[in-house]
Amino acid sequence: MAEDVNKTPAQEQQPDKGRRDALKTLATVPVLGALAYGVYQKRKDALRGRNISDVFQVSGDNASYLEPVKDGKQIRLGMIGFGIRGKDLMRAAGFAEPSWIDKVIEFHKQNKKDTNYEQYMLQDDLNVVVNGVCDIFDKYAEAAQLAASNINREGSNGKFGGAVPKRYRTYQELLAADDIDAVIIATPDHWHSTMAIEAARAGKHVYVEKPLSWTVPETYMVRQAVKESGIVFQLGHQGRQTDCYQKAEEIIGKGLLGKVNLIEVCTNRNSPNGAWVYDIIEGASPDTIDWKQFEGNPDRVKEYMDYMTKNGLERYIGPEERDKFSLERFFRWRCWWDYSTGLSGDLLTHEYDAVNQIMHVGIPHSATSSGGVYFFKDGRTVPDVLQTVFEWPDKDLSMLYSATLASARGRGKVFMGHDASMEVSNMLAITVDPDSTRYADKISQGIIPTDTPFYTYVPGQNSTDSVTSPTELYFAKRGLLYTYVNGRRYDTSHLHIREWLECIRQGKTPSCNIDRAFEEAMTAHMGTRAYLEGRTMYWDKDKEEIVRGEKA
Amino acid sequence: MNKEQCYTKAQLTWLMMLRLFIGWHFMYEGMVKIMNPKWTSMPYLLDSKGFASSFFIGLTQDANMVDMINLANEWALLLIGLGLTLGCLYRLSSVGGMILLAMYTLSHPSFIGAEYMMPFEGSYLWIDKNLVELAALGLLCVFPTSQIFGFDRMLGKVCPILHKLKLI
Repeated sequence: MAEDVNKTPAQEQQPDKGRRDALKTLATVPVLGALAYGVYQKRKDALRGRNISDVFQVSGDNASYLEPVKDGKQIRLGMIGFGIRGKDLMRAAGFAEPSWIDKVIEFHKQNKKDTNYEQYMLQDDLNVVVNGVCDIFDKYAEAAQLAASNINREGSNGKFGGAVPKRYRTYQELLAADDIDAVIIATPDHWHSTMAIEAARAGKHVYVEKPLSWTVPETYMVRQAVKESGIVFQLGHQGRQTDCYQKAEEIIGKGLLGKVNLIEVCTNRNSPNGAWVYDIIEGASPDTIDWKQFEGNPDRVKEYMDYMTKNGLERYIGPEERDKFSLERFFRWRCWWDYSTGLSGDLLTHEYDAVNQIMHVGIPHSATSSGGVYFFKDGRTVPDVLQTVFEWPDKDLSMLYSATLASARGRGKVFMGHDASMEVSNMLAITVDPDSTRYADKISQGIIPTDTPFYTYVPGQNSTDSVTSPTELYFAKRGLLYTYVNGRRYDTSHLHIREWLECIRQGKTPSCNIDRAFEEAMTAHMGTRAYLEGRTMYWDKDKEEIVRGEKA
Repeated sequence: MNKEQCYTKAQLTWLMMLRLFIGWHFMYEGMVKIMNPKWTSMPYLLDSKGFASSFFIGLTQDANMVDMINLANEWALLLIGLGLTLGCLYRLSSVGGMILLAMYTLSHPSFIGAEYMMPFEGSYLWIDKNLVELAALGLLCVFPTSQIFGFDRMLGKVCPILHKLKLI
């Protein structure tokens, strides 16, 4: 094959050579015209075929968060409880255990996709200092002190530049300290309200883990204490900071799903850890754990025992004596009503609070529950399978909560409307109903499909008022766009604590304030009582009381 | 000897067809990405499998790097497509196209056991369409047509060094 162009004298002499040369040079240019025409037609078709703005319009706004003020004052924190969740919250506030830093660095080394370490190091400095920690297990208390001094987020070989905070043996002593403005409470459920009440009375701002309360009577007391004290209160439903919940609220508010009559929310877990069978930590013993404090506040325990015995529910108490030291009960307290609020308090509340955020449903009119201990027959008294149905007749709305700790089959959070249903997770996916009224024309024109989600909202992506392409949907469903869009992801617990701190600084009210917390707790109590007593529970709006239905 | 005279009409026709088809394919792939401001190679890179996957996934760890890769990929596709279609810097375009395709293959090899998020539209074992297109570009490279139909016809005359550099 000749590589060079050899011109023959005969060719040079041809009179039309220049013209022919030019023609041959430009011979393929018309292809570009064809391509441009094709692309133009394709785009026109795509725009015509997918534009749904006349029936479906959502704002392009991203979720809004309370932005920190510049030069806000430093807030001095006290940390009560440094178990699994306490560690999470301290980390979210900016104080990680060095061993956790080691772990995420190692994870990143093993798997480049794991960016937890990088993301954690990018997490905003919340301008807080931890001046006191309290845990009744020595090992946890010492770990909390170390984490609080780890102000530069270093691993085990770090220098830990921060001052080591004082360890308090009791939360009462911590609450009496002058150098603490606000407390984060991450103790077992049976202590939440008691500590929140006393903290409020001591003038400390409160961030308390969910659920708000363990007994019904204390729910009123904690609301009163918080309101009277005027402190800034946040309940630990970090789901409030989920980007797409704000978008879900907009979509339902605009009526884009039509009338919503049924909501289905679920818990799907299938591991010992998910079923609260946590590790027993080495070094735990009657010498290192203050069991007396673990037992609980005597007044609360009396409320609990009174309720159980008056209603013939003795079989749910214990079975071990409350004053008998038990490592299982200390580390796996969620398995026993003696300390726990079960699936209702622990997991239903997250789902309910999300629905309350999105649809402002308030306390339901009624709750009916069923379930049992069907898989984890390890001596626990709380069920591992639970169904609770809540009704809001004034809103023509029903919510079904269905939970299992023995199957991880994914069942989403679904809002079912006459015109469309919306599945809510870290993204939104809306599927139009084949019998929708609102979208009937678009369905008949073939513009809106009814067998696949036609609209998805993925946080961080600018939403468009057009039908999602299959590729976008495919990636979005796998969460890739969510996780990596803008190269940064915020931890919702971090945002939730940030909001609370900013409300303290700016004199505002957090999103999961005491009123939302009261609704959350009463809703959970209704579900729990319905399960325990085997009858429907009603909410008397005027008296603000749970009222028993007839026994089934 | 003129190159035109080396090929039969049928040979030239099919070589031109192949060249224009591949050129079209590259151009359109580039245009689609350029016209979609939301397009990013991120999910594709993250989904990389095989022995080179850590390299491709590693590329995604830096946002600036991803922006650069996106830009390079979009415009490389378009320019390579243009080069092939117009017969402009033909060899450079062919080799460039082969490099791009080699990268796609390396990041998403059709190995046994490799499963991808975006399913391929066919069934492949070791050889996928990227590799077929890569081989076709190799073929076009050694059976050039741009000096018969294309800008290289003129470029070669104006700038003979392009021949020496084997860019056309």
